Order: sequence, then C-alpha cells, then structure tokens
Amino acid sequence: MQPTTEPVVTVETAKSLGLTSEEFDRIVEIMGRTPNFTELSIFSVMWSEHCSYKNSIRWLKTLPREGARLLVGAGEENAGLVDIGDGLACAFKIESHNHPSAIEPYQGAATGVGGIHRDIFTMGARPICSLNSLRFGKIESNHTKHLVDGVVRGIGDYGNCFGVPTVGGEVYFNECYNQNILVNAMSVGVVRVGETVSACADGPGNPVFIVGSRTGKDGIHGATFASADLTEDSAEDLPAVQVGDPFQEKLLLEASLEAIQTGAIVGMQDMGAAGITCSTSEMSAKSETGMRIDLDRVPTRQDNMHPFEILLSESQERMLIVGHKGQEEKLFAVFDKWDLECEQIGEVTASGRLEFFHHGEKVADVPAEPLVLGGGAPVYEREYRRPAYFDRIEAFDQDDIPEPADFPATARRLLESPNLVSKRWIYEQYDSMVRTNSMGTNAPSDAALVRLKESDKCLAVTTDCNSAYVFADPYRGAMIAVAEAARNIVCSGGEPVAITNCLNFGNPYNPEVYWQFVHAIQGMGEACRRFDTPVTGGNVSFYNQSVFKDRTEPVYPTPTIGMLGVVDDPSWQTSLSFKGAGDRIYLLGQAYDDLGSSEYLQFVHGERYSPVPHFDLEEEFALQQTVKKLIRAGLLASAHDVSEGGLFVALLEKAMSGALGFQIETDPAFRKDAYLFGESQSRVVVSVSAEREEAFLTMLGQHGTPYRLLGSVGGAGLQIDGEDYGQLAGWKREFDESLGRHLTH
Amino acid sequence: MKFGVVVFPGSNCDDDMIHVLGTVMGQEVVKLWHKDTELAGFDTSDCIVLPGGFSYGDYLRSGALARFSPIMNAVIDFARSGGYVWGICNGFQVLCEAHLLPGALLRNDNQKFICKNVYLRTATRQSALTAKLDPEQALKIPIAHAEGRYYADERTLQQLQANEQILFQYCTAEGVISAEANPNGASLNIAGICNEGRNVFGMMPHPERASEAVLGNTDGRLLFESLLATVGQEVPS
Repeated sequence: MQPTTEPVVTVETAKSLGLTSEEFDRIVEIMGRTPNFTELSIFSVMWSEHCSYKNSIRWLKTLPREGARLLVGAGEENAGLVDIGDGLACAFKIESHNHPSAIEPYQGAATGVGGIHRDIFTMGARPICSLNSLRFGKIESNHTKHLVDGVVRGIGDYGNCFGVPTVGGEVYFNECYNQNILVNAMSVGVVRVGETVSACADGPGNPVFIVGSRTGKDGIHGATFASADLTEDSAEDLPAVQVGDPFQEKLLLEASLEAIQTGAIVGMQDMGAAGITCSTSEMSAKSETGMRIDLDRVPTRQDNMHPFEILLSESQERMLIVGHKGQEEKLFAVFDKWDLECEQIGEVTASGRLEFFHHGEKVADVPAEPLVLGGGAPVYEREYRRPAYFDRIEAFDQDDIPEPADFPATARRLLESPNLVSKRWIYEQYDSMVRTNSMGTNAPSDAALVRLKESDKCLAVTTDCNSAYVFADPYRGAMIAVAEAARNIVCSGGEPVAITNCLNFGNPYNPEVYWQFVHAIQGMGEACRRFDTPVTGGNVSFYNQSVFKDRTEPVYPTPTIGMLGVVDDPSWQTSLSFKGAGDRIYLLGQAYDDLGSSEYLQFVHGERYSPVPHFDLEEEFALQQTVKKLIRAGLLASAHDVSEGGLFVALLEKAMSGALGFQIETDPAFRKDAYLFGESQSRVVVSVSAEREEAFLTMLGQHGTPYRLLGSVGGAGLQIDGEDYGQLAGWKREFDESLGRHLTH
Repeated sequence: MKFGVVVFPGSNCDDDMIHVLGTVMGQEVVKLWHKDTELAGFDTSDCIVLPGGFSYGDYLRSGALARFSPIMNAVIDFARSGGYVWGICNGFQVLCEAHLLPGALLRNDNQKFICKNVYLRTATRQSALTAKLDPEQALKIPIAHAEGRYYADERTLQQLQANEQILFQYCTAEGVISAEANPNGASLNIAGICNEGRNVFGMMPHPERASEAVLGNTDGRLLFESLLATVGQEVPS
C-alpha cells in the first residue's frame, strides 16, 4: 500500500508535519498499525489547530451557543444560521487569513474573502455583504505599507469581481502587528428558511462529485502552516499560500445555488483548509457514513500529483457535493451551463471509513470519526498564568499625565493618529454598493445597514474589537468588544441578534497568552449572555506573534466580534450625522475621569500600559435600552457612540458627515482631557430637534438615564468652552486625506 | 418598451438592473443568457441593457472577451437596426470593445478601483436617455470601476463634441466641470456617450444604484424616467 515515492513513516515524520509524539502514538492506536505517509498527512491536517480547535474547544464550549432564533448551533454547519423573520434566515461567519496574508498579502487576503463567502453559499445562502477587520504594524514602516497595499487590493479585487459589497470594517495600526498582521473577513448571506443545504453525506451508494476549479499543488499543508509560528523563514512556505480566482467563484456561486434548486443535492461542503481531506471526513463523520474516493478522477492542474498532494491541496473555488443517485444528469446540466467541471469521484459508503484509491491501489484507509472536531480529534487543557506585564498596568497613575496647555493643538495632534482618521483611502477601493442594498452610502451609521429586498426589514452588521483594551484586561476588553458591537447596532436603529467571533491570539503553549485567551472567552461569554447574542460560530487563530532573535512577542489579544442585528422597521434607521442647525447635542450615559487605554494616552503621551477604560455591563445594557426606545419613538435626529478618540472625535465625525459645525461646553467636574479624549464606555452622543426636545427629556427621565446637554449644532466651525477649534472644512480635509498621505509616502 | 438584460459570466449588476427596471420602474424585463444567438421577441422600440460586473473576470481587458459572446452578434445587429442599447460600467466597456461606441476605457489614472458617489452634468438633451434631464443639475450617481478612464483620440473627441454625443461629464457637487471633479482622468471629464445614431448609450456611473429612496438617493431614477418618457412609456407611480 505504501507508494515507494513517499517517505517511510516514523515519529520524526509526524513531528515534521506538526504532530506531537503523543499524537503519533494515538494515531497508531486508532489505526491499529503504523499509518503510511498519506494517512499520516490526513491526520496531521485534521488534527492541526486550524481544523481541530484542540487547544481552544474546551473554552469555546463555555460560550452561550443557544437562542430562540438559532436554526443551527455553533459548529454544526459551515456557518451559523439565524432566523430573521418573514421566512428568511441569515448565515454569517467571520474567519481569519492572517498567516497567508503576512507572507503574500494580495493572495492571502483575496482567498480569505473567497473562503468565507464559500462557507456561506455552501449552505445555500446568497452572500449579500461582507465586512472585514484588519490589523497592521506601525504605519511608518515600508513593510506595513506594502502589506496594506496588497491586502486592500486583494480584498477589493476578489470582492468586487465576485459582486458582493464590502459594507463595513475596521482597521488599526499598532506595532504589535509588525510581523504578524491580522486579516479577518466576514460574509453575511440570506436564504429562505427550509432551503438550506447541510454539509452531510447521507445515503450509502449516493454519488460524490467535485465541482469548480481543478486541483493543483497550491496550499498544500496550509492548515498546518496556519497552526505554526510565523518566523523569518516563513516566506519559504510560500507554496502553502493559495491563489484566488474570483471569477470562478462567481460562477461556482451561481451554479451551486441553481443546483440546489434542482433538488438533486443531498449535501454540500466547500473545500477550504485541508481540501478534499477535510470535506470528505467532516461530511462522512456528520452522517456516520464513509466514502470511497478515486483520486484518479479528480481533475488536476498538472500530471503526476501524489495522492497526499491531491488530498491536501487547498486549491480554491471547489465544492464537494453528495448527490441523489439517479439524479446525476440534473447536476451535470447546471454545471455545464456555467462552464464548470463537475466530476463524480466516488460514492458514499456505510463503512464509516474514508478509502482513497490511486492508480487502482488503495492509498489510504482511515476512519472518519476520529479525524474530526467533536469526534476523536484531540482536546487539550492548557495551563495559564497571569501575565507579568499586568504589573506595569497596575502601576499606572493617571495623575502623572499632565493636562495639555493648548487643547485645540492637542486635538489636532490626536487626529494625526492613523487609527482615528477616515479609512476612505482603503474603503473606496472596495465596491460598497453592488446589489443595491447598502443604506449607509448616503446615510452613514455606527453599524452598516443592509436592505433586504425580500422583506420590509433590514440587517445591521458590524465588526468590532479594540485590542488595546483586551491587552489591558482580557476579560473586560472582550466584554467591551461585544458591548461596542451591540451599541453600534442599537445606535443605527437595530436589535442585536447574534455574533460570530474571530479569536486572534499568540501561541497557546505560552501560559500568559493562554491566560489572555481564557479570560477573553469568559468576558465575551458574559457579555453575550447579557445582550442575548449567542455565538453562532467563528474561528480561532493562534500563533500570531513576532519572532525576534532572543524572544517572541504575541500580538495584542484580538477577539474580533462580528455582530448581526435586525432592524424590524426601516424608519428606525438612524444615521450618525448632524441634521439641522439649531439641533441640541446631548451626551447620554455617565462620564468618568478616565484616560485608560485611550488613543490619546497611547498616541499623544506614548503610554502603552494603562488600565482598560471604565466599563460596567449593567450600565451599558441600560443605556442601550434607552437609546433603542428613543429611536423607536422617533426622537433622535442622529446617534453616534463614543469610542476611539473619545467625545471630541465622536462630535467631529457627526459634524463632518452632516457638514454642520457645533458649539459645546464640557463638564467642569472632570479633567478636560478625560472628558474630551477619554474612552470610558457606555456613552452615546445624540442630536435632537427643538420640537422633540421635551419628549426626549421626558423619556430620559422615565428611564433614569444619565445625560448632559453639551450644546448645539450649527455654523461652519467647532467651538468648545468658547474656544475656537477651527473650521470644519479644514478638519474634514485632514481627516479624509491623512491616511492616503501616510500610505503613499 | 421592453427591456432585456444580458447576463455574461461574471456580470454582477444584472440583478440590480432587473430590480430597478422591474420592481422600481414597473417595466417588463427579461434576463438574456450570453450563449443565446438571437434576441427573440425584441423589436427596435425595445432596449437591451449590458449591465455592470466583471465579464469573464476581466482578466484580459475589461469587456474584451464578452464582446465575443454569442449574443453580441445579435446585439450588434439590433443596434445597427436602430434598437436601444444601454451599457453601464462593464457594459460600456463591452460596447467600446464591440465598436458600437467609439473610444476605450483605460485604467483609472490613480491605478486603483474607485467606488464612491460622483456628480454628473448632462451635456446634451439630444438623446432619449437625457431628453428630460436638467442640464443645470448636478446628478449624484456612484461609480465603481478600475478601468473607467474614457479615452479617444483628438479627432474622435472633436467629433463627439461636434455631434453632441457626450451625454454626461463629471462635475463638482456645484456643477463645475473641473479636473478636481474628474475621478479617473477621463478625457474631457467624459462619464457617458452615445453613438452617432443616438440609440446606443454607454456610461461608467451606475444609475441603478441611485434610484430608490431607501438608499438615500433617487437621482439615477431620472435617467430611467427620461428614457421611458421619451419613448412614450408609462411609468406606474
């Protein structure tokens, strides 16, 4: 059974494929013999961190994963599925493509987008929008500029051609990501309830098809690569990076959705990490069946591919389909119409085993169930220890930070931070409007609103995570990420419904990193329970770190939240822009004398170690309920939450997008820099027309919500405490052009 | 007037156009497959739309392959016999490749894909698409393209001007046609043109993305209304 061209298997072979010696022993025990190289390769990718979640699943299971609206539970299918009413369901998921993007930013990011869309349409849902969450190193570095250019073009070229709008996202620059950038992509799709397709392989005797692109040598061992440290030598792993073809994906989308309509499909799964290996084993394990696959029938891009290469190839734009026996012609007709290859490569069996044949010989024979997460894949408890750097955070004393003498100059200095300025230079390279559902083009809001043509409702979607907060306090920082996502949806007029998460951390074998992971999961879980936004799925990405000669440094813990909300009545749509001169500006929520982890503290004062900003889950929840009621009563002209850059930046953004200036007074009970630039949570800036002000104040009184009148909208300039902060037009020019200047010089 | 929207492999604004023509404007609209060889059931009072997208992935040159799709022979015959043909974005590129319109669409001068709202001035009312538009009004309509820089040689540009074939030019929000308002480096700020017969229209901006109040912009709807009013078609309110 052992082809002579493949290496003889020993524990050393296993280690070279990323397995431990204990894992190798376990494989021998499961197989009842020493596996051959092909079989060992199958185990190595399926038991990689990327596919098995072996170091995270124990904690992921503590997250709330149930809710009245969930149609499938977390991990059951390729993405979560949420009932949004009117007979519609929403499939959505976020996923990382960090390591490929760090090495080959264009293809890495492009295939990240392609992969997450496939996860959505393999369930039968049509992707209607996408979002992303990007982290780069310090912006002054030429390497960063090269990575930004590649990632943005990769996301743009793939999504634009595929024809799904990029409607939202976030971009941060921080030197902790210098070597290891983060590229997280999210897709949101819609399907009629009852018309979804499962990733199953029911019915022994049913035919198994591979459709879409041919299988090549790209991306072999990509899942293993994603589960190892990035080092200086990682560029030598370039063959592990896949190459994307968005045109092929567009055809595959249309053909797949059309094929589902024929009724000839039993189950379908896209080929992402670990290619044919992963799709055959997961579909079989789900149905407690097996498959006999003839690798000679897999269309390949080149001759003489080894069995393990065909099995592990991560060539993009491919699907594995199990069809109803006797209805093959229906499928062939659809794929022929779209000029796509559709090849029967095997059939479902009752054996519970995956049997792969090549040149008439059986080259691998492994049981499906022990390969998969939730089956026999390993599950580990890792030790964790309070990180030593917390001592430096605890030693921080806000009183050591001097108050600025010149506030307008300090505000201008703060707005030089690339984390605060407009990301226009980036997002204008993405088609944000195709499919004609983007309600934010002409009315920007904190979350992106997407109209549903099949319903009177619309969706509100957002991605959020301030990783500096999570670094300062993983538990509260992760809570804030959930709370901010919910706040963005609420401020836009929506109701938070569910989340998907992308958990980007360092090496899980580092106890301090694992401490961050465990506590972030606990905080996320608690916040999700309070907002009733269960976790529908997502992705864990460990091993994100920079490697130096004498040490490694993990990236900031970055548990990105992708949240889905529903706006039941489109008239609740609330933009962030000031609407009318003379409207009154109010701050809702309690202010605090708090500079902790603010962009102001980091960028203006160069202070990296300070506590997480003030956050109280109940205070946040109460504020959001009030904002929701105010919006539904039609009392708000605009709403925008206070986040990075503090109250000043929130006001500036409202002014710029409404092309109206403001005059406000700060509250003398607080340090003025904390009041203007501090980032204590659970605050929202709203504007209210004069005729609604009385009803507005009455409702606030009924809810006991803390508030303060800041001032009024109007004029072409900004005025704070009687001091002139300059003209809005000048601020806007700087705000819009600053990032492009940084990135192109 | 009946509309046919051609679906090339890689078209991705076909559904958007069908939505606006059918649901928003209340018109009869049919999806046409690129492998069809004739336009059965269409006569010269009808309109064939070539929608936006990335036909064949546009890996070669935008529109270069779609121009050889089987249906294009029928579209060319239809245009030559006087039927209305309207190409938007990728459709404009296909019409230039097919020589139904003069000139070419080159890569944007900043070398990047650009998606944003821009403003257009109507340069002539001598076409069904623009007959009812106000030449003084700056229309807010988005663009989304990497290859939208209209280019033609000097002589062709002079002919376009002499014949009033320039339909739209990029302008500022205040209606000023200036270099600053030109998003892609197009010759003469050209955003859209028609042929000499004034029955074939090509434009880079997407009016179908600006035709519904729920999206906060209905300027694009004015183009559909002009076309329908000019041919005497009723628009259900």
